[in-house]
Amino acid sequence: MTDAPLPRFPRLVDRVLGRLPTLPLDLALRRFITSLADRHPSLFSRLGDQAEKRFLIDPVDVSFGFLLRPDPAMPRLEAIKRDADGTIDAQWDARIAGPLAALVGMVHGALDGDALFFSRDIVIEGDTEAVLGLRNAVDDAELDLAGEVAAMTGPAAGFVAEVIRRAAPVAERLTGVALVRSGGFAP
Amino acid sequence: MNAPLAKTRPELVCPAGTPAAFRTAVEAGADAIYCGFRDETNARNFPGLNFDRSELAQSIRFAHDHGTKVLVAINTFPRAGATALWHKAVADAEDAGADAVILADLGLVAHAAVKHPNLRRHLSVQAAASNPDAIRFWVETFGIRRVVLPRILSVAEIAAINAEITCETEVFVFGGLCVMAEGRCSLSSHATGKSPNMQGVCSPPSHVVYKEEGDDLVAKLGAYTIDRTPKGVAAPYPTLCKGRFTAGTYQGHVFEDPVSLDAAMLIPPLVDAGVTAFKIEGRQRSRAYTQAVVAAFRKAVDDHLAGRPIAADMTRRLAEGQTTTAGAYKKTWR
Repeated sequence: MTDAPLPRFPRLVDRVLGRLPTLPLDLALRRFITSLADRHPSLFSRLGDQAEKRFLIDPVDVSFGFLLRPDPAMPRLEAIKRDADGTIDAQWDARIAGPLAALVGMVHGALDGDALFFSRDIVIEGDTEAVLGLRNAVDDAELDLAGEVAAMTGPAAGFVAEVIRRAAPVAERLTGVALVRSGGFAP
Repeated sequence: MNAPLAKTRPELVCPAGTPAAFRTAVEAGADAIYCGFRDETNARNFPGLNFDRSELAQSIRFAHDHGTKVLVAINTFPRAGATALWHKAVADAEDAGADAVILADLGLVAHAAVKHPNLRRHLSVQAAASNPDAIRFWVETFGIRRVVLPRILSVAEIAAINAEITCETEVFVFGGLCVMAEGRCSLSSHATGKSPNMQGVCSPPSHVVYKEEGDDLVAKLGAYTIDRTPKGVAAPYPTLCKGRFTAGTYQGHVFEDPVSLDAAMLIPPLVDAGVTAFKIEGRQRSRAYTQAVVAAFRKAVDDHLAGRPIAADMTRRLAEGQTTTAGAYKKTWR
């Protein structure tokens, strides 16, 4: 953990991403969450009753958010574009909002959720019990998002991992988001 | 010329809320890890936290392979008619290979002493044993080997206690502060019907609601609005003791400020006061917290033992309210 301020996702990159259709992203997210459930069953079992809740993951510096339902029997993850007024029109039980770098940093175990809450970098709303359950289960899973993306491609995992490994440093410099977990990249 | 006396090496006791945090703490330099089962037998019974039996056994093997001890916290107070859950927790901790159990309840300590005489027994901070007479009672009656002292004592008081007792003492050096008589606080029960003492949850998240109202962050606990934090001000944990209230003409923190304990600079006098172990609070925190705080205190203890100065403010960003205090150790209000 450092005292450096959290980077904001670059507006120009976000504008480009925001104009892309969500259908391909949704298909990729569907495959991603199914692969994640297969690879990390303990993440979902650790959630217990909270697995039935709907979580709005709201990166406030990006044009869309993610609606997650981590039900191990049928996990769902979909992208929802932000309305003109900046809100995301979705039914949720719990909302976790903050800069993308903060949210990804928590997933990668690089940033502490409580410290981000104290500093007001992230905001939580709705079902606090569900948020805590998700935070703790994700923290225990020691995820590497880049590794999970590579793994979901099945036979192409090795090739995709190599592409990510080469592209990640540039993408991280461009966006300020730590796309690969420090000390671990394991598809 | 005589060689200088070697300094006593204090044990660094570190928190683990999940198996991943456990491994992180071991690798960051913990001498001992404390953790609990995934139920109401421990005082950090939060969703997504803690260990099932298999995870605990596996974690203990990992710790022992690295020369690290494991202390299992079974430090809530058993409910009448449900003591079997707590008895089973003690038995399962012993079977899993725990080096000690941390207990608070008189009946449970008596049970452990009779049924599990070879299992080392530590007295939890929840038992609030804060004077030599009380500690001697626990030691002489139930064979308590170590007492975790409440966070209400000054360094001089700790030294005075250590001079009069025969067991080890463990003191908190970092993390959340609880200024009440621990194990006896009823604030959470008053607002929610649940407490750290009985259900293992202070301000249970099922009763906490946050809402953004304009630039303010509003926190509700049960039916009560306990805080309204303006923009730019660090947010506290949603506990009644850290809430902001109006009392007469005063408006603000009535019980205590939202700050964390940081006693890194007091390691030398605490060692001189005869303390055996330094405890880091935070089983409910992430791997990032565990890694940063354990590594910082590993360095602080090692620096002290090597005669090097201890660095200050290594972990302020992780503190509640982004502010730290030496708490009662440097009491000035008496």
